[in-house]
Amino acid sequence: MNFLLSDEQVMVTDTLRSLLRDACDPRQVHDIIDRHDGFDAELWQRLVDLGVPGLMLPAEMGGAGLEMIDLALVAELLGEFAAPVPFLGHVLCGLGIRLCGTPDQQARWLPALVSGSILGTVALGEGEECWLPDEWQVTAGDRLSGGKRLVPNAMAADLMLVGTRQGLALVEKGNWTARRREGVDRTRSLEDVTFHEASVALLDRVPEGVTRLIDAAAILLAADAFGGASRCVALATDYAKLREQFGQPIGSFQGLKHQLANMALSVEPGRGLYWYAAHTWDALPGKAGHAAAQAKAHLCDAYLQAARDMVEAFGGIGFTWEHDAHIYLKRAMFDWAWLGSPVRHRLRAAQLAGW
Amino acid sequence: MELGFGAAYEAFRAEVRTFIAAHWPPADGNVKDPAAIRAFRDACTAQGYYARAVPRRYGGSEQPADIVKAEIIREEIRRADAPAEVRDGGITLLIPTLLEWGTEAQRQRFISPTLKGDYRWAQGFSEPGAGSDLASLRTRAVLVDDHWVINGQKIWSSYAHRAHYMFALVRTEPEAPKHEGISYLLIDLRQPGVTIRPLRQMTDQSEFCEVFFDDARTPADWIVGGRGQGWRITRTTLKHERGSLSGLSWTDSMLRGLIRLAREMRRDGQPAIDHPTIRAELAAIEAQSMALTYSTYRAISMTVHGQEPGLFSTMAKIASTDLAQRIAKLARDLLADDLLVMDGPQRKWIDRFMISLSMSIAGGTSNIQRNIIAERGLGLPREQRAGEA
Repeated sequence: MNFLLSDEQVMVTDTLRSLLRDACDPRQVHDIIDRHDGFDAELWQRLVDLGVPGLMLPAEMGGAGLEMIDLALVAELLGEFAAPVPFLGHVLCGLGIRLCGTPDQQARWLPALVSGSILGTVALGEGEECWLPDEWQVTAGDRLSGGKRLVPNAMAADLMLVGTRQGLALVEKGNWTARRREGVDRTRSLEDVTFHEASVALLDRVPEGVTRLIDAAAILLAADAFGGASRCVALATDYAKLREQFGQPIGSFQGLKHQLANMALSVEPGRGLYWYAAHTWDALPGKAGHAAAQAKAHLCDAYLQAARDMVEAFGGIGFTWEHDAHIYLKRAMFDWAWLGSPVRHRLRAAQLAGW
Repeated sequence: MELGFGAAYEAFRAEVRTFIAAHWPPADGNVKDPAAIRAFRDACTAQGYYARAVPRRYGGSEQPADIVKAEIIREEIRRADAPAEVRDGGITLLIPTLLEWGTEAQRQRFISPTLKGDYRWAQGFSEPGAGSDLASLRTRAVLVDDHWVINGQKIWSSYAHRAHYMFALVRTEPEAPKHEGISYLLIDLRQPGVTIRPLRQMTDQSEFCEVFFDDARTPADWIVGGRGQGWRITRTTLKHERGSLSGLSWTDSMLRGLIRLAREMRRDGQPAIDHPTIRAELAAIEAQSMALTYSTYRAISMTVHGQEPGLFSTMAKIASTDLAQRIAKLARDLLADDLLVMDGPQRKWIDRFMISLSMSIAGGTSNIQRNIIAERGLGLPREQRAGEA
């Protein structure tokens, strides 16, 4: 057993971490959320230059041919820094094409997604908490009509991978109208889209490929949640060491100490769970659906609670707009609800466990 | 990243499995026969599976430290439902202490019979006035000629009524500062100056005891380490207790039991496990258990590779405790009417519901564990405690 990151993985995460320290400073994140008009294009370009979009895509498409665990480690870091970039939709679009696309579709789209010359996204939700393949009502034939909801970066995207009753389908820019939603999490914008007799290209009908795409989405959200939740623990802890009341750092009071210990206790073991889920996706596919559902449910619940606890630990300043706390709280709300709430994933996990 | 154990370890696993199959269950099928259990454990020690950290000259199997092999042995023993290695206080706490601090005579005298189960040990640490603040203990020992004369009281001493000996912390240097006046003594419990009173627990069973010393005696050279070194010695000993991985297999078997219970019990005319609220909570518990398991695997892997597991290592104990308590709570919900009676079919779950409470107390209370996470894990300022510099 060697349930550890390889030297290369440690190196890649170190590189990415220093990039984010430099290019994703909290002030820049605040700028993006104050402008509220999209993502941080400069940061995204730097991530593209580093090879993030192609991490899991094959070398012949320009990718690095790495695994889900590698991509999940990236997601963790982006979560830790609350990076306002269109990572989630873009990598899921590429992965879906990789899993279900015909050779022609792969050759046409993957290199462009890897190089960042186009932006991809995924349209999974249909409202009323319908996110999953067996709930999709949108029908694709020669043409595509209907609506999808809560699509990340739909206005900026060039290519959209749409979940339909016929499997995954590709729609190019210009074939949908997008309505901007007032997203709670301003680091990842959401739009509702409508298709009217849109020109569409169906991918191969590979049900297990669609399932694997959903599992990948769950794992990436879980990893983002772990990164964000760990940051909440760190921010609250650092503050408790600095802030003084009654003539001493508030972190020396046992009440707060125990709150912070409980936060760490509900967050830190989650690392093993999301690693495991990513590892099953790569190495134990029969267990991936269950593990991914469990990771999404557990980590996203833990993140939202940790973000709430963090606000409490900061006191009044934590409730202000200029503070970082609400960025994480809202990102936690996104991770929690997007793709379905924890309870739904727990019930899925129970079914997959054969209970 | 590799979650399996790798080819070399899988070969070792096969070897362990073959060995167990050849030795257990006993030929006559009587898995309760004490002699057969003992023979099996002796065979495991001879084979190098048990007493791995103990040198051969003291009756151990003297294997190189390998926590992965140790884990494989535990897993295979559990799978075969064969007698596990005895893990009482004498073996997990005293023997490592003697190996680190004891004299050659003490090791020769005590280790081998303890391994064989001929000497059973009670721990004598806590006192009525010294719980979390253990160093304030007041049981005293005075050297009179060639014997220590001991007076005072210990409490929460598990199975002392069945034990032969006690390893105890006592105050031998009353003038020294709090932590420096304590010594680690070995005491024969079967002597006139010792009175042992089992405490009746809320489960109506008796495990822990009060032990009274009234001019009890122990030889001068039954002190482990030097005079006043007891506190230092115990810090290393308690590390053995908190660092053990055995909690994982216990919570794992509790979880499997809980799933069986959810299938057996009924709710709204259907198996309780089909009820969405029960199902979701059961899944949430499973996820918490998975998080603990794979974070432990990560910590093991890091230790094997000489890395420091960091924050997680400060929370292993309380994480198991919290999980056990969450399991107990869902069991309570499942029991419903059966929670009212001790003579019902689910008596063992009523016991477990109560026993889960003791986990947050024994071996360092959960509140003390939270202090450890906060101070050693998160680096928050240490609390000023009376009697500390």
